[in-house]
Amino acid sequence: MFRFSRYRDFDWVLLGFVLLLSLLSVLEIKSATLHTKFHGFEQKQIIFLLTGLVLMFLMSLIDYHRLVDIAPYAYGISIVALIAVKLVGSKVLGARRWINLGGGVHFQPSEWVKLVLILAIARYFWRLAGKELTWPDIGKAFALVGVPMALVLIQPDLGTTLTYLPILIMGLFLGGLRIKQTAIILLVLVMVGGIAWKSGKRLKPYQQARINAFLDPDTDPKGSGYQIRQSLIAVGSGGIWGKGTNQGTQTQGDFLPIPYTDFIFAAFCEEHGFVGAVGVLLLYLLILMRLIQNAQTASDLPGAFIIMGVVAVIVFQIAVNVGMVLGLMPVTGIPLPLLSYGGSSVLFTFLALGIVMNIRMRRFVN
Amino acid sequence: MDLAPNNESGSTGPLNREEKLSPAKLTLAQYIVALILVVLVAGLWRLQIVGADGYRVLAEANRIRKVPVLAPRGRLFDRDGRLLVDNYPSVTCYLLREQIKDLGTDLPYIAQGLHISVDQINATLKRFQTAPKYQPIPIKQDITPDEQAFIEAHRNELPELETLDEQRRLYPRDGFAAHMIGYVGEVSEQMLNNDSRYSFYQPGDVVGRSGVEQTYDALLRGTDGSRDVIVNSHGKEVGHLGQTLAIPGQDLRLTIDLDVQMAAEKALEGKTGAIVAMDPHTGEILALASRPTFDPNQFSVRLTRSYWNEILSNPDHPLLNKAIQAQLAPGSTFKIIMSVAGLQEGIAQTMHVPCNHGGTFYGHYFACDRNHGMVDINSAIPYSCDTFYYTLASRLGIDTIARYATSLGFSQKTGVDLPDEVAGTMPSTAWKLKTQHEKWYAGEVISVGIGQGAITATPLQLARAVGGIASGGVLRRPHIVFPNEVPADVLQAVHESFPGSGEKTIPLSPENWQIITDAMANATNPAAGGTASIAHMEGIDFAGKTGTAQVMSHDALARSGKGHKTVPNAWFVGMAPRRNPDIVVAVLWENGDWGKYSALIGAQVVDTFVEKQRKRQNNIRIAEAPKPTALPGTQPSDPAQAPTQTPTQPGTPISALPANQPAMPRRSPATPAGPRPASD
Repeated sequence: MFRFSRYRDFDWVLLGFVLLLSLLSVLEIKSATLHTKFHGFEQKQIIFLLTGLVLMFLMSLIDYHRLVDIAPYAYGISIVALIAVKLVGSKVLGARRWINLGGGVHFQPSEWVKLVLILAIARYFWRLAGKELTWPDIGKAFALVGVPMALVLIQPDLGTTLTYLPILIMGLFLGGLRIKQTAIILLVLVMVGGIAWKSGKRLKPYQQARINAFLDPDTDPKGSGYQIRQSLIAVGSGGIWGKGTNQGTQTQGDFLPIPYTDFIFAAFCEEHGFVGAVGVLLLYLLILMRLIQNAQTASDLPGAFIIMGVVAVIVFQIAVNVGMVLGLMPVTGIPLPLLSYGGSSVLFTFLALGIVMNIRMRRFVN
Repeated sequence: MDLAPNNESGSTGPLNREEKLSPAKLTLAQYIVALILVVLVAGLWRLQIVGADGYRVLAEANRIRKVPVLAPRGRLFDRDGRLLVDNYPSVTCYLLREQIKDLGTDLPYIAQGLHISVDQINATLKRFQTAPKYQPIPIKQDITPDEQAFIEAHRNELPELETLDEQRRLYPRDGFAAHMIGYVGEVSEQMLNNDSRYSFYQPGDVVGRSGVEQTYDALLRGTDGSRDVIVNSHGKEVGHLGQTLAIPGQDLRLTIDLDVQMAAEKALEGKTGAIVAMDPHTGEILALASRPTFDPNQFSVRLTRSYWNEILSNPDHPLLNKAIQAQLAPGSTFKIIMSVAGLQEGIAQTMHVPCNHGGTFYGHYFACDRNHGMVDINSAIPYSCDTFYYTLASRLGIDTIARYATSLGFSQKTGVDLPDEVAGTMPSTAWKLKTQHEKWYAGEVISVGIGQGAITATPLQLARAVGGIASGGVLRRPHIVFPNEVPADVLQAVHESFPGSGEKTIPLSPENWQIITDAMANATNPAAGGTASIAHMEGIDFAGKTGTAQVMSHDALARSGKGHKTVPNAWFVGMAPRRNPDIVVAVLWENGDWGKYSALIGAQVVDTFVEKQRKRQNNIRIAEAPKPTALPGTQPSDPAQAPTQTPTQPGTPISALPANQPAMPRRSPATPAGPRPASD
């Protein structure tokens, strides 16, 4: 009955797509930082990727059921860490998001909380499975996600806060939220959101400015609209085939803001055009479909919930980041998974994939 | 929350009733994911396929900056090709408002680095408020290498600063010929808004603001070019594409003779007044000086407030070009015009007037400066006898005098190619009715007869009128740039911009011409007892007329605005030779006391001119007894022709004339001859 996990069952196809995207990421980071002081970041990204691969394999060795078991403790520790970061974290650009661990290592709890929330939500809805969701159940789910969201929001880090939301939505969707309940929740959210927007006190001036700039990038081309405007120019001027590696005038001329992290997709679009950009989106589609397929074949509910949580986070980040680059979404500072430079983002993605692999390898357990 | 651990064997927990998620929900999730990606692809399509061309243009506009390459202004030369006004390379600091991120923070640093005050920058910014955002604003001109280094070193912190190489005007020092040359400066808002000639200029453009610089700005300014450079987002130049070369402005040769100009400037040093010297054959202005003067170099860079205040507070108005803008009573110099009127009317020839320190006219006694005894037209001019001209004026009447004066260019602009010329005043019955709504009283004509009263004129008007009379009645349009240096359309535009009495011929019989010019020659002749005897020059046929104009009399006081200065203005108009002169010079020395002192000044200028011509030709002739052989209006007016001929039979070769002085080196410095020993 019990079978040892075997690497024959490891999802090599998924890993292939992931590594292909990672390769594009390294190349684009190299191109985007060529003439800047960030030159050489692609090598750091390679180190992050290798570390991520090792963590992914390690993660796949631990039975995910153990992870689900320890989820409540991990959740508790996460809350403590988020409070700690507010109290003792390093202040960077007006926000406390990092805990300095010494030796140049910075720890950003909010990234890891994503993983913990995926596990916690999976566990929560798994235990509710089979019965109809009552309003107290829904309220508890909101509280489960809402508390860390509130703690991250006051750091302040709106981008990361928003990435917790899809975990909740996916949990509610798969956990059996009924249409009537959905409608009521949406109605309440719209009303609360409307009041908050009206009062204008919930958003920092720079956040309001970002949203205004999104609504009309040309109002203030040198201010908040600058990033969106430069991004649109970069993407648009790429045309069908792009300007070629290292040839993007927006990227190389430093017009495009942070072209190796949040706006890396714009840089990629400029240099590789519509064809390259659609290729990247196609890779994302393949990865996501493969993930959902793994969810379908998962041996039990927690596994399926976890994978769908990962899917939700990745889809949300793609939609918000690429949407921002294309002018369809406001600027939020959410990195693009697997493409943006950054250790936390890479490690989160590979740890999440490690759990997915873990679930896949144990799909024939029952 | 239920924390019950999961079963080690992998069997499901007791609460689990379902083992699988609903396949329908997962399929729906797949569709949602696919839909999101399709939306993103559509977004890509919108930008990269549909909008590609537009965004490509924007991307190019981002990285390519047009850097203006300013055209150097045309240089100015004197008639012999000697450089008067040159350019020198200079660097100006501009502010690119598109690059500004936080001006409030940057301003103190900019101000410190460029050694200007924050207020100054703010004032400049305010001035350019309405200019388009992309237009660079010049915040400091002529910056030092230190300031240039500051800008280079702070490219990243202050990307809004940009430097531009320019050619800047270099004018002669000490205000030499400043009124004639003028100066350049930024085009003013007023000019941009109110003057159609400046409609195609932009704020910050440098234009001629006065003198030749203003009149011929269209020729001198050239056409700016541009350079397309590739820049990064900090404005740092990382490459270049192409360029349009600047077309330098046209060099202009002025009719000014540097040597004569120097003599005029030197003669006026320390005085208030003006000198204008002109070639009556052509109207070419040989020298034009005005005092007090100003330093145009101060205007071409940043005019300091202290210097501006100094100019504004000077009661003698340094910016005023007195040669064309001082309208004052001409005094006795007007008697030449009176003589023309009297002789042409057939009255003066037969007049014999007893002068006994004056005479009574219309019940009032009018004084003369001395007892001249019996005076006729031949002695009235050299003596400058007021009694004779009182009598002549009373016999001619104001309207006849006004008719002749007007035909000789009084109360009209001469049409000289310099901005802001004034017309002066010539009283008449119609004039008085029109301006003062009063009847003309016959007695008022008496003071007009000696160039006093309501009559006013500029030095240039006097020079042109007297030069025209000495040329037998041919009056030229005075000008300061050779017309053949200027394209026909520009010349036309200049003539239309500066209308005046222009070119004309007035009737003057040869006999009358001879009487007047001979009498004027006697004015500088000690043997004849002329008023300008102290200005006599041996060997030069120098004729002229002094004027000592009361500034206290009548409304001239109010007109001059210098009530506290009661010393008369000293005038002189002279020419050499006496008939068909090659040079006519008008001198105004405000509060110079006596016309004869101005005659000395005029003599210095004429002497310099004549000496130079003689040296140049190695062919020096003394004045012969002139005969009115040449008919009026038939004088050669070719500017290229050497202008020292005394009236001779047309066609007589110059070399055939006797030379009575040794040849002198052509380039020897022309020092103005000092005044001849005064004997009064």
